[in-house]
Amino acid sequence: MLTVARLEAAYGRAQVLFGIDLDVAPGEIMVLLGRNGAGKSTTLKTIMGLVAAAGGSVTFDGRRIDGMPAHEIARAGLGYVPEDRRVFAGLTIAENLDVGRQPPRAGAPPWDEERVYRLFPRLAELKDRRAGQTSGGEQQMLTVGRTLMGNPRCLLLDEPSEGLAPVVVDAMAEATTALKREGLAVLLSEQNLRFALRVADRAAIIEQGRIKFSGPVSALAADESLARAYLAV
Amino acid sequence: MTLAAFASYMLTGLAGASSLFLVAAGLSLIFGVTRVVNFAHGSFFMLGLYLAVTLAGVFGRTPLGFWGAVVCASLAVGAIGVVVERLILRPLYAAPELLQLLATFAVVLIVKDAALWIWGPEDLLGPRAPGLSSAVPVLGRSIPEYDLLLIALGPLVMAGLWLLLTRTRFGRLIRAATEDREMTAALGIDQARLFTLVFALGSALAGLGGALQLPREPANLSLDLSIVADAFVVVVLGGLGSLPGAFLASLLIAELKAFCIGLGFSKATLVIEFLVMAVVLVFRPHGLLGRPDPPARATEAEAGEPIPPLVWIPVALALAFPLLAGGYAVILAIDIVILALFAASLRWLIGPAGLVSFGHAAFFGLGAYAAAIAALKLGWPMAAALAAAPLVAAFGAFAFGLVAVRLSGVYLAMLSLAFAQIVWSLAFQWDALTGGSNGLVGIWPAAAVADKTRYYALVLGLAIAAWLLLGRIERGRLGYAIRAARDSQLRAEALGFDVPALRRIALVISGAVAGLAGGLFVYSKGSLSPETLAIPRSVDGLVMVLLGGLASPLGPLLGAGLFTWLQDEAARRIEFWRALVGFVILALVLFAPRGLAGLLRRPRA
Ligand SMILES: Nc1ncnc2c1ncn2[C@@H]1O[C@H](COP(=O)(O)OP(=O)(O)OP(=O)(O)O)[C@@H](O)[C@H]1O
Ligand SMILES: [Mg+2]
Repeated sequence: MLTVARLEAAYGRAQVLFGIDLDVAPGEIMVLLGRNGAGKSTTLKTIMGLVAAAGGSVTFDGRRIDGMPAHEIARAGLGYVPEDRRVFAGLTIAENLDVGRQPPRAGAPPWDEERVYRLFPRLAELKDRRAGQTSGGEQQMLTVGRTLMGNPRCLLLDEPSEGLAPVVVDAMAEATTALKREGLAVLLSEQNLRFALRVADRAAIIEQGRIKFSGPVSALAADESLARAYLAV
Repeated sequence: MTLAAFASYMLTGLAGASSLFLVAAGLSLIFGVTRVVNFAHGSFFMLGLYLAVTLAGVFGRTPLGFWGAVVCASLAVGAIGVVVERLILRPLYAAPELLQLLATFAVVLIVKDAALWIWGPEDLLGPRAPGLSSAVPVLGRSIPEYDLLLIALGPLVMAGLWLLLTRTRFGRLIRAATEDREMTAALGIDQARLFTLVFALGSALAGLGGALQLPREPANLSLDLSIVADAFVVVVLGGLGSLPGAFLASLLIAELKAFCIGLGFSKATLVIEFLVMAVVLVFRPHGLLGRPDPPARATEAEAGEPIPPLVWIPVALALAFPLLAGGYAVILAIDIVILALFAASLRWLIGPAGLVSFGHAAFFGLGAYAAAIAALKLGWPMAAALAAAPLVAAFGAFAFGLVAVRLSGVYLAMLSLAFAQIVWSLAFQWDALTGGSNGLVGIWPAAAVADKTRYYALVLGLAIAAWLLLGRIERGRLGYAIRAARDSQLRAEALGFDVPALRRIALVISGAVAGLAGGLFVYSKGSLSPETLAIPRSVDGLVMVLLGGLASPLGPLLGAGLFTWLQDEAARRIEFWRALVGFVILALVLFAPRGLAGLLRRPRA
């Protein structure tokens, strides 16, 4: 569904990605693992059109999307959940969700406020509270819910477990697997190996902007040297 | 003051606040979403008033005709706003803020000349509002009925905008984009469309503000800059992007004005208005209800790649030519070199120090007045008077720095505009010292340099010396520290630099050089008026710097040369020279965004 080939990206003159290859299929969770500064966020941002691709290609549903403006990529069906949450602090939870709303897609049950509240019941209790006055975990749920309101078919999740309490991490893991069961493709970036092993089907390891390993998570679980070489464990 | 007088000033103030709020609300919305500081906002107000005068004439003197004219004028201005946004701003959203500012200033010039062409130079008075042309007694004084209507209208528009922002999806998108534009794009929202709509709304509000002045003040060609200065004050005072803040600030400013005029200090209005703003900003750097700045985009002052040596030869020849040719070339060359020095001082502030000044003419003017006053009132010889110019200007810069260096980005720029206005009104009003609006005359250079060619040699020598000095400082340790403070305040502080002190030093150096240029200017003209330090000169400075390009120290010279020559040629040959200058600025901004020096530089490998 989403295929990234030889993707390159740079900030100014500093190149950060040097030919990334990745792919995700519907109903599959792919995790991108790597240390701080390895290039995980940059990969997701480049796919989303927030950082310009300097080379390579991104194909979604058979259509080239690199070079398209971010809002068209989003409308094509890619949903992006940023790492630093970026809720609209001055808007209420319900208003934040409304900003994410996009028309439904044929062949999938559409997302609306109620459905997001069913996935994250905690948000329903807070729906009239300003997003800036909610906890980190609540904001994380909100960003995921806000992105789902756009009815994405492929979700890019940037470190959804970062800095969260164990209960919230559990909620995230459950939500992610529930979405996968509905047929969404999920590309997840993580530093937390436990979380990755728990939810993902396949894994790729990124180090200094290059993919060092790609394969089923079972292979990663079996080979401890990989994790030790490339991850902070 | 009697109660009746108090009530009457109060009501006049409230009526004024309504129109001010309409303009400021539009400016604030546009800035919030697009991050464009729209200099042309006052021009939209002016167009609204002119259009309303014309339409009211066409529609006839009925209530329907009057209100139809007001509404249609506002809608027409909204449509003009859309054209401006589409054609001019859309290609510039990714460009540095300063280029956007320059482009909107080009629009000011074009609109001014378009209005001159369509409506002529005379003031145009609109009709009274049918059915509202009498006055109502309030505590024994009569208040125009129309003012009472305006008083009600301000809060109504505020309430309408509030509903729009909180109850509609469009409003939610505006608020979301004001907080985080990139995130709204990632959520599938077409920013280009949103920007166009917001621009349409903002300009229609400015147009409405103008059209509603129909029975209150005549349409004239100087409204644009005076209104935009007021609107800047209101928006900054209220907090950028905050509508309730803009509302509060409009009330405050309009009441201040009404009381100053009512109590007979109308001359002090400007000073008081800007002093209030300065005081508020010192205590609340983000305005009354503003939130901390969105992170400012760094100015694009990349280290200039070396300019090919071959470029220096024609530049040196061009500078030397008037020494031999004499005549008009010398007079033009004196102007160019003085303005280039002024522009170089501004580039120094914007580039290496990263501090944008909208009011740099204040320092130029302080230097000019210092020299003139020293020569005329104190009888100092030219050398002493010329030495006083940079010193006084540096002192002014130091005083400004005490207040300003803790502010960031747009706030500092606005405060510099305020400072320039204060200095301007001092020059304008302190008759005994400055000659007021007549200015000072009869300041002639010493006999040794009385000849124009010799005076040019002096100007050129001093300018080159000052320019080399600026370059040395820029490349030296102090320049390094100042650039470090610009690039990251936190990191510079971690390295042990005192960031506010560095900024103050940068301001003082820049102010001194601008002051020297001002001193040389006075002796070249022989006379001086408050125009020397009015807003347009500050903007001329910005235009020259940006035309030349920030990255290269050669930029100011190229920018000043092109600008002065263009203005001089155009002003002599064409009636609508301002519009021509505007179009040239637009062409350069859109097609040569790195300035003239950028065009000359070797293309990147
Ligand atoms: N806006 C930026 N400008 C310049 N360099 C950047 C920018 N963002 C990231 N980088 C650099 O790009 C590299 C990759 O960063 P990226 O954010 O993609 O890493 P990451 O794997 O997401 O790290 P983390 O786990 O800390 O989130 C880093 O060296 C970082 O310093
Ligand atoms: Mg990251």
